[in-house]
Amino acid sequence: MKRSLISLGALLVLALATLLLSPLFGMEFIPLNATGQEKEILFGIRMPRVFCAFSAGAMLALSGMSFQALFRNPLATPFTLGVSSGAALGAAIFIRFGLAFSILGMSGTSMAAFVGALLSILLVYGLTKLKGGFSTPTLLLSGIAISFFFSSLILFIQYISGLTHSFRIVHWMMGTLSTADFPKLWNLLPFLGVGGLLLAFLHREMNLFMVGEDIAISRGVNTGLVKKLIFLAASLMVGGVVAICGPIGFVGMMSPHICRLLIGADHRFLTPATFLFGGIFLTLCDTLTRVLSGWSGGAELPVGVLTALLGGPFFILLLLNRKGGLDL
Amino acid sequence: MNKAIIQIKDLTISFSGNEILKGVSLDIGEGEYVSIIGPNGAGKTTLIKCIAGIYSDWKGAIQIDDQPYAKLTSRDLARLQSYVPQAEGRTNPLTVEEFVATGRYPHLSAFTSMKQADYQAVDHALELAGLTDLRKRKIATLSGGERQMAFIAAALAQETKILLLDEPSTFLDYRHQANVAGLLKSACRENGITVIAVHHDINTASECSDRIHAIKEGRLAFSGTAEETLNPELLKTIYETDFTTTPSPHRPLPFVSLGGQP
Repeated sequence: MKRSLISLGALLVLALATLLLSPLFGMEFIPLNATGQEKEILFGIRMPRVFCAFSAGAMLALSGMSFQALFRNPLATPFTLGVSSGAALGAAIFIRFGLAFSILGMSGTSMAAFVGALLSILLVYGLTKLKGGFSTPTLLLSGIAISFFFSSLILFIQYISGLTHSFRIVHWMMGTLSTADFPKLWNLLPFLGVGGLLLAFLHREMNLFMVGEDIAISRGVNTGLVKKLIFLAASLMVGGVVAICGPIGFVGMMSPHICRLLIGADHRFLTPATFLFGGIFLTLCDTLTRVLSGWSGGAELPVGVLTALLGGPFFILLLLNRKGGLDL
Repeated sequence: MNKAIIQIKDLTISFSGNEILKGVSLDIGEGEYVSIIGPNGAGKTTLIKCIAGIYSDWKGAIQIDDQPYAKLTSRDLARLQSYVPQAEGRTNPLTVEEFVATGRYPHLSAFTSMKQADYQAVDHALELAGLTDLRKRKIATLSGGERQMAFIAAALAQETKILLLDEPSTFLDYRHQANVAGLLKSACRENGITVIAVHHDINTASECSDRIHAIKEGRLAFSGTAEETLNPELLKTIYETDFTTTPSPHRPLPFVSLGGQP
């Protein structure tokens, strides 16, 4: 417990440092005491972007963590369950038909992506329930089936789209934070607030789900209700992020794993650690894309491409080194 | 028999059209050690899971401490009884201490943290199970026997009147079998906890039980004291194989072994 607290403290310091220092880096370094236009870039553009990246990373990581615990499977993150393809399908349909409106400052594409994300989760949930019980293999298989089906629909929509629309769809699917600003941050934060708070109160239940549903019931967990709450929290968070930033992969799967190695599996400490780690990780990745574009002088690399590039090798590393690390 | 703490009447449950329990009725006396025996697939585990509240879509009636199950929330039930599942297929990334602390769940609300009394219950359970030195270890790194002790310790930390166990000593070596048996016996005899255990081994079952219930094909085949149950003819009716009893120098009850008289 002492070790967990120390690790948690270290993560907190790291998170504060990341939030404070990341805005300084980008295509050009801007010192904290900048004035004029540079000050405007620092506080008006980079700062909200950094906070967006942090919240998005934290939410992706938390939703991954809660699903991994709920389904006792390291692969059962919302992304593997078809959320990103659902969101992408929503966005693709929206972009293809060139609709444009916004509600409460959220763009139509975001709304469509959000609806797509929630629909895919509901569909996977329903399919699994239809099959009786809540077996993890059924859940993963229905997630994969839905993913493939939606992906082919996206391909179909791209096929019937013109070049411009098709490019916009592909670009959206890469996931980026380059357009993050204050309105987007205000859109993200409620998802983080609701989802994060729910999960913070459910740490004991997540521990029990992680060791087995039968044990959870026998300890007095109202498993039906808690399952729905965890589903709700994770779906809201991941749906919110994907809608606003596009599908940014691997953060949700990787962060909880690394935190379990760092801090142990008790969700009392794992939840805040995952929150911090996911935030730090995505913020650093996003900062790296800004710095890289400064060096190359070219367009910014979408952060989703970077996380996926880092995520693949990381996973292979985990797989080769598995000493109970991958086993939840 | 002592005053009944669990009363089961006409318990029936089906899974996808298959009736697994077909009207089981039995009473379990307070503070007794009760074993459930029977061949594979007889419905022993199903019966335990019905009592533990894990299966809830059964027909019939179960009363615990004079209260019908329908009136109890899952938390109420968890304050009355704890459950140790079968050993197979357990994955558990927690440490011993963290896992044993999950036993306190029914005594805590979402807004309270562990109190002095909760930590004491955890420490006490760890001590009873002989796990105090292993408390920081991850469950995954323990041996099968130590892991079983951790699962029992977590159930003991729940501080319930009734302890349900599904094959607590299967797959364990002799020393750990003895440890588990000793722990359960002292929980029952010294602390008055009602122990209900599914046992595969008839000698283990008879050694500690006040009463044995035999189940076959979803029905109660017979019930009785250990002495009454250690009867080759009776055992043959449920296991469909021959048994022999031999007097044992170490215990008052005879020893049952497989195979007919030569």
